[in-house]
Amino acid sequence: MNASENPFESKRNWTKLREKLGVGSFGIATYFILFCAALIFGQIAYKGLPTFFKSEAPYVNTEFFTSNPEILRVWHDAEGNKFSMPDKKFDVWRRDNPDAVILDPHALNYSAGGIAGPLIGTALLVLFCMIIALSIGISAAIYLSEYCGKGRIMSMIRLSILNLAGVPSIVFALFGWGIFCHAAPAIVDHVDERSLFAFSIGSNYLSFQGWGTSLLAGSCTLAIMVLPVIITACEESLRAVPKGFREASFALGSSQWQTIRKAVLPYALPGILTATVLGITRVAGETAPIMLTATSTDKTDMPMQALQNEGVWAFFTQSVQALPFHIYTLAKLPDDPLSKPMQNGATFAFLLLVMGFAFVSILLRNRVRKKLKW
Amino acid sequence: MHDMSKKITALSKTTKNREASTVIEVDDIGFSYDLGKTETLKGISMEIPKNQVTALIGPSGCGKSTLLRCLNRMNDLIDTAKITRGAIRILGQDIHAAEVDAIELRKQVGMVFQKYNPFPKSIYDNVAYGLRIQGVKKKSILDEAVERSLRNAALWDEAKDRLKDSALGLSGGQQQRLCIARTIAVRPKVILMDEPCSALDPIATAKVEELMLELRKEFTIVIVTHSMQQASRISDRTAFFYLGELVEYASTSHIFTSPSVKQTEDYISGRFG
Ligand SMILES: Nc1ncnc2c1ncn2[C@@H]1O[C@H](COP(=O)(O)OP(=O)(O)O)[C@@H](O)[C@H]1O
Ligand SMILES: [Mg+2]
Repeated sequence: MNASENPFESKRNWTKLREKLGVGSFGIATYFILFCAALIFGQIAYKGLPTFFKSEAPYVNTEFFTSNPEILRVWHDAEGNKFSMPDKKFDVWRRDNPDAVILDPHALNYSAGGIAGPLIGTALLVLFCMIIALSIGISAAIYLSEYCGKGRIMSMIRLSILNLAGVPSIVFALFGWGIFCHAAPAIVDHVDERSLFAFSIGSNYLSFQGWGTSLLAGSCTLAIMVLPVIITACEESLRAVPKGFREASFALGSSQWQTIRKAVLPYALPGILTATVLGITRVAGETAPIMLTATSTDKTDMPMQALQNEGVWAFFTQSVQALPFHIYTLAKLPDDPLSKPMQNGATFAFLLLVMGFAFVSILLRNRVRKKLKW
Repeated sequence: MHDMSKKITALSKTTKNREASTVIEVDDIGFSYDLGKTETLKGISMEIPKNQVTALIGPSGCGKSTLLRCLNRMNDLIDTAKITRGAIRILGQDIHAAEVDAIELRKQVGMVFQKYNPFPKSIYDNVAYGLRIQGVKKKSILDEAVERSLRNAALWDEAKDRLKDSALGLSGGQQQRLCIARTIAVRPKVILMDEPCSALDPIATAKVEELMLELRKEFTIVIVTHSMQQASRISDRTAFFYLGELVEYASTSHIFTSPSVKQTEDYISGRFG
């Protein structure tokens, strides 16, 4: 049999060509995005990494991670040698060298010290936000997928939740500012002037005066903001659990709650963790909501100090620094090469933090998945 | 395989003529999936005797599963499901009475599904599930119940060395027997089986069939099957359904040798369905 009689001879070459072109363009699009991501990440890492290290032992710039932002003092002496020094160090140095000539002294805000405060602040905000969002979100998802019916009202509620996910974060920010900072109830010794409404309970008052610009208000605002995403994703993962598990559980004489606890929730966990990853990466990067509800720029002490000195309520109602807002502050500094290390270092640290959150959640999810296969 | 089915036939013969008291009484039951607009079950009455295997046969869509799921009120889980008329009495109690708790009912009336559905847990945890739900925590009681149930389900020898392994590592037939073990672990009075062998190969099917004949000594079994051979091999009584109605209900030998209704004869001789 010669080649021309081959019954499987490929014929319509244009089909193949089209396929190749199609696959090719999908490939190009994918690699283009990868390239862009790598470029951005590489740029940030390249500029930010030097801030993490220093030239003398122990080579790691621990101060950057363990101290708060400081003012950088800059001046030059009579010979024109330039000096720069963090504020506190400068005070000590000045005491030891009272006669040193200081010409053209100026101060660069936030350009010395580190990012410990913002780092811890963001971690706390994300942590409490996710605790609030997950406990409300999972409950709501359970109710939506397991208990309530499929009526028209319920589908409208679902649609509204879905739509809420698309609301700009500044709207949530204003909502949180209005509710949590200025109207939420608190138990206080004496009623503040700004209180909307108060009545006494025993020796204290329950006053609707809000929690002020605080960790609690910020966490709640962020939680409200991610709730739609969390509810929708959790509901979907609950629904994805095979019907057979529920039926088997009911047929063995379980109540609805027992069935959910033992035969549905454990198998929805990977999906719920995926939703958590999505939520965390969104929350950690948000600037507008925390700018209005949680952060203050003049905060200098660490969050833990309030816990030690004044107790739990003071801890939650203190304002905090936050990394995205800190980066925003740094970005608005007057252009000066001496401000650059802090700017670049903070940006890179922020990137690593968000990636770290996501990475831990993904690891967790994979471990859960490995344990539960069906 | 051939020996196995002979053995099953022989086994079923030996207990054919036992005394039987009624466990389940279905009295003119009507059922609708859409709040009564259309009836899926149209007035079915039958009495299901104790310690026997009762087979429900009929073309697909005729309502066999629906009736079966009425017996342990699994249809309660469907919002728009509604009993339109009649009553079901199990052990003399109307199961739709206000004072009946569906959860307690299901502890007495267990169910094995068409598609085997063990939980993605260990073999042990699967069998212990029902007891743990009831609050049994003591290890010695659970151990004993797990062993007895697995022995009952003829799975002990295959599973005893891997109780802590995932149930999903078992073969299909083993998984279905595990589901049976899980059901009998809570010691129900009645076991409902909805086409339990339809996803199994012939050898696994033969094992499950043999098991059912063993189990009827202790339990009352109602089985839906699409295989007439299976119904004739294992059941004591057979009910033939067509379009939501009970066409004929009699002893299996009667149905398969001299059915009284023409439709039944057509169906079992394979002329329709
Ligand atoms: N969950 C349900 N909702 C609505 N209709 C259903 C549902 N389950 C079954 N049906 C309908 O009820 C009829 C009987 O179904 P079924 O009892 O499953 O039949 P069988 O088990 O005899 O094959 C079929 O017409 C089927 O489409
Ligand atoms: Mg069916």
